[in-house]
Amino acid sequence: MFEDYIPFFIQLAIASGLSLTLLKGGELLGPSRPNRIKIMPYESGMDPVGSARQRYSIKFYLVAMIFIVFDVEIVFLYPWAISFQDFLAAGVGLEVLGIVIVFIVILAIGLIYDIKKGGLEFD
Amino acid sequence: MEMTLNWYLTLSSVLFITGTLGFLFRRNIIVMLMSIELMLNAVNLTLVALSQAAADTAGQILVFFVIAVAAAEAAVGLAIVIAVFRGRQTIDISKIKSFRY
Amino acid sequence: MELSQAYTSLLSDMGHTIPLILIVLTGLVIVLLDAFKPRHVSIPYLTALVLAVALGLEIQTIGSQGGTAYYELIRVGGMAAYVNAVILTSGLLSVILMKPYLERIDHNIGEAYALLLFSITGMMVLGSANSLVTIFVGLETMSICLYIMTALIRSHKGAIESALKYFLLGAFSTGFFLYGIALLYGATGTMMLPEMRGAVAVSDSDTMFWAGLALLLVGFMFKVGAAPFHMWTPDVYQGAATPITGFMSTASKTAAFASLILVLYYAVPAETWNGVIAILALITMIVGNVIAISQTNLKRMLAYSSIAHAGYVLVGLSAGTGAGYSGALYYMLVYTFMNIGAFGVIAFMEFDGKEGSEQRLDSLAGIGYKKPVLSVCMIFFMFSLAGFPPFGGFFGKIAVFAPAIDAGFIWLAIVGVLTSAVSAYYYLRVLVVFFMKQPDGVYDFDASPVPFSATAVIVLCAGVILVLGVAPSIMEVTMSFFSSSITTTAAVLP
Repeated sequence: MFEDYIPFFIQLAIASGLSLTLLKGGELLGPSRPNRIKIMPYESGMDPVGSARQRYSIKFYLVAMIFIVFDVEIVFLYPWAISFQDFLAAGVGLEVLGIVIVFIVILAIGLIYDIKKGGLEFD
Repeated sequence: MEMTLNWYLTLSSVLFITGTLGFLFRRNIIVMLMSIELMLNAVNLTLVALSQAAADTAGQILVFFVIAVAAAEAAVGLAIVIAVFRGRQTIDISKIKSFRY
Repeated sequence: MELSQAYTSLLSDMGHTIPLILIVLTGLVIVLLDAFKPRHVSIPYLTALVLAVALGLEIQTIGSQGGTAYYELIRVGGMAAYVNAVILTSGLLSVILMKPYLERIDHNIGEAYALLLFSITGMMVLGSANSLVTIFVGLETMSICLYIMTALIRSHKGAIESALKYFLLGAFSTGFFLYGIALLYGATGTMMLPEMRGAVAVSDSDTMFWAGLALLLVGFMFKVGAAPFHMWTPDVYQGAATPITGFMSTASKTAAFASLILVLYYAVPAETWNGVIAILALITMIVGNVIAISQTNLKRMLAYSSIAHAGYVLVGLSAGTGAGYSGALYYMLVYTFMNIGAFGVIAFMEFDGKEGSEQRLDSLAGIGYKKPVLSVCMIFFMFSLAGFPPFGGFFGKIAVFAPAIDAGFIWLAIVGVLTSAVSAYYYLRVLVVFFMKQPDGVYDFDASPVPFSATAVIVLCAGVILVLGVAPSIMEVTMSFFSSSITTTAAVLP
């Protein structure tokens, strides 16, 4: 199995080796005389102002966090969805559907709480 | 080459140790949180591999709970980190020590 | 398992876990109520009511034969009912103390009560777990709620810092706990505790089993605050709101110890871990008691004292016998009343505006004459914590030390008695400051009267300690959980 991939690894080695050699070679062989104007990000553009690392609104975090929590809860629905046909065949389909509705209602309570407390107001 | 159970166990133990060392040696709280996530996911890998080897689903069921718990833990943890940052303007764990008696 | 019967068995099992379901539902109702009517006046009363009802239901089933529910995932009746009753008692007493306290610092928010109920749910699942999956789910439900409750006073930097430390170390220990579960599962091929012992006897992956158990023990030792995994305890107890500290220190430890007892009793071959637990108990008792001597903050001192008490309980566990386990359970009951009472007293004595986290013990000099009822109750709590007869703490210590002596750990019991003698110094110093010292400066003393409900709870705790000391017959109840053989306890309820 491993033998089948040998050409791939050779290709990988040549590609990465060539690109590294060219990059490093250009740096080593070429003349390098930097000055303040030359090393600016935009040599003939605007002067950079301030830091590039700006903070952005905390609301973004809040929405992302709520998304992750609710998103992950869906993982519990997959096993249920897969075995639902078996439950239907066993004649307890409606009851098992009811149990999942209870689960979703509990999640919905969390969402209602979130909306009422202003967790989703993005301004 | 066959992928045996030991490969998975070795990989997951390496991941777990990476997470542990990251937690112990990094001073940025966000990185520490990420290390904890790495530890939990290493355990997930162990559980799935062992569950598959034993042909038993209990381990995979626990993985679902671990995923859910990890999400809840990340939410609570980030909320606490934000509260800390608002009060102190830093998330360096070695600078947060008001209880000294 | 037959699919068509799964639903009916679920419904019938729900009948055996009514207290658990009631508490979850009330927690959800409070979340909704708080969303539409923030800080509604009925929330604390609703919480106290449901806890009282659940406590009554659990006490009724204490005497019954234990069984399991939900496909053997959790235990009901018998020992589970006892553990749940202790947890619910702790929750009920804490709620009554919490309401006036949170009102005073203007943080009487509905979430506090919802979180309390959800954490109690987790504790009840943890304390009555019969499978590693339920242990994990219960432990995390409890822990995550407690992290948030520690950070409840958001404006106070100390509380946030406490929560951060609690969260980071708690989540870190969860990783070890979980890895332990995974290895145990791999070694035995089962998550069910009673099946584990049989599986390890025939399994050839011994190293995996013992490594898994060691990691699991690390997680448990962290949750009960035993040395050398105790570092978070003082900071967390000092920074959190005082009645919540009382709740955390009693209910969560009860649940974690009950779960540890279940693991040791059902899953681990007997006579193999006693030595390790004995050494942990030794370190914990010494560390807790010795460091507590030098503390100047009352809450921090009680935090170290709670480490020491975890050590005493571990002495009972190290015996590895039914008597030791039942003694540990009895000790947790006594400890619940002692500690909730002690934290309740200092909750209504603090006046630094920072939940007592920066208030020195000396600033309380002479308070015994300004708040006589609380201070007299404090005499009861301190003497009981130090282990003087005729209080409950004395019999609790006998209950955990005697089985250890029977099991051959005489040196451990000697160290336990010696460290108890050391502990008497710092407990009695509190009383000396309360009654026999003059204030060394002018303090902005809070002279507002203590609410009747809180006084009633504290007096009740003091009374119960005296009753437990005079009539320790509840020992027979806890003993009965371990007298029957292991095979019968795994039977499913009819």
